[in-house]
Amino acid sequence: MKSAVVVFPGINRERDMARALTLISGSAPAMVWHAETALPAGTDLVVIPGGFSYGDYLRCGAIAARAPIMDAVRAHADKGGLVLAICNGFQIACEAGLLPGVLMRNARLKFICRDVFLRVERSDTAFSRGYNAGQVIRVPVAHGEGNYVADADTIARLEAEGRVLYRYVSPDGALDPAWNLNGSTNAIAGILNARGNVLGMMPHPENHVEPVMGCTDGRGLFAGLVAHLAQAA
Amino acid sequence: MKARVTVTLKSGILDPQGKAIEGALKSLGVEGVASVRQGKVFDIELAGTDRAKAEAALKAAADKLLANTVIENYRVEVTG
Repeated sequence: MKSAVVVFPGINRERDMARALTLISGSAPAMVWHAETALPAGTDLVVIPGGFSYGDYLRCGAIAARAPIMDAVRAHADKGGLVLAICNGFQIACEAGLLPGVLMRNARLKFICRDVFLRVERSDTAFSRGYNAGQVIRVPVAHGEGNYVADADTIARLEAEGRVLYRYVSPDGALDPAWNLNGSTNAIAGILNARGNVLGMMPHPENHVEPVMGCTDGRGLFAGLVAHLAQAA
Repeated sequence: MKARVTVTLKSGILDPQGKAIEGALKSLGVEGVASVRQGKVFDIELAGTDRAKAEAALKAAADKLLANTVIENYRVEVTG
């Protein structure tokens, strides 16, 4: 799997991501600076990592979404290339128009840094084939603006087309407002684009991939991507 | 030329910050506040003197960057 991690000023999770990708795919990703205008030839997977690009000025992800490299990321996605957008990356992908909707301030206004439980809604996608449908995984979140909002038509379309891939749930997999920590519409934690090759999610699967982290539930997402690309090749 | 772009949340979009400010005003004893919505103001200085051109540029700035039109409305005023 040939992956590239896009790096913006103020991003701080790119090394965690590079470590997880190297560990699970066996090869280190290319680190691509935001001012570049092209991705390395043959890139299979582009990752937009988490952090605080441009200090979250204006709106989270707004300035990074207009960076030169994003045209190349958009072209990669248009060709069917895989894009994984995590946390600030999810905010950037929404601002860039790769995904619908927007991430608003958490409903209870607090920055949330803790583990959450996610239900994997389906296993037949590139981003979830490492899991079983209905499986509950534990991964960390660290964000102040993760409250997913979109207009009613968009939410209805996401639900009807099975594009809500990860949802905040209780440890036993039940929908419960108490476990929807940031107040997201329909407890949405991660969504796919219409074509299914772009995933945006607020939680950090890359931070639960080694026993020393206390949990390895995030591995399945990356292992699934590796398997998907091996099968496609 | 000077201009002002005002960006506000569309109605129906939940505004947790506005709600918190509303709560703070109530706890300060400021009376008669029914609700608060928070927005942003950009004061922009423009080169040139063509008003129509300036308005078009400001509209482009708002559409491309200053506002996220999924959730926000904006108003452009060239103030002189």
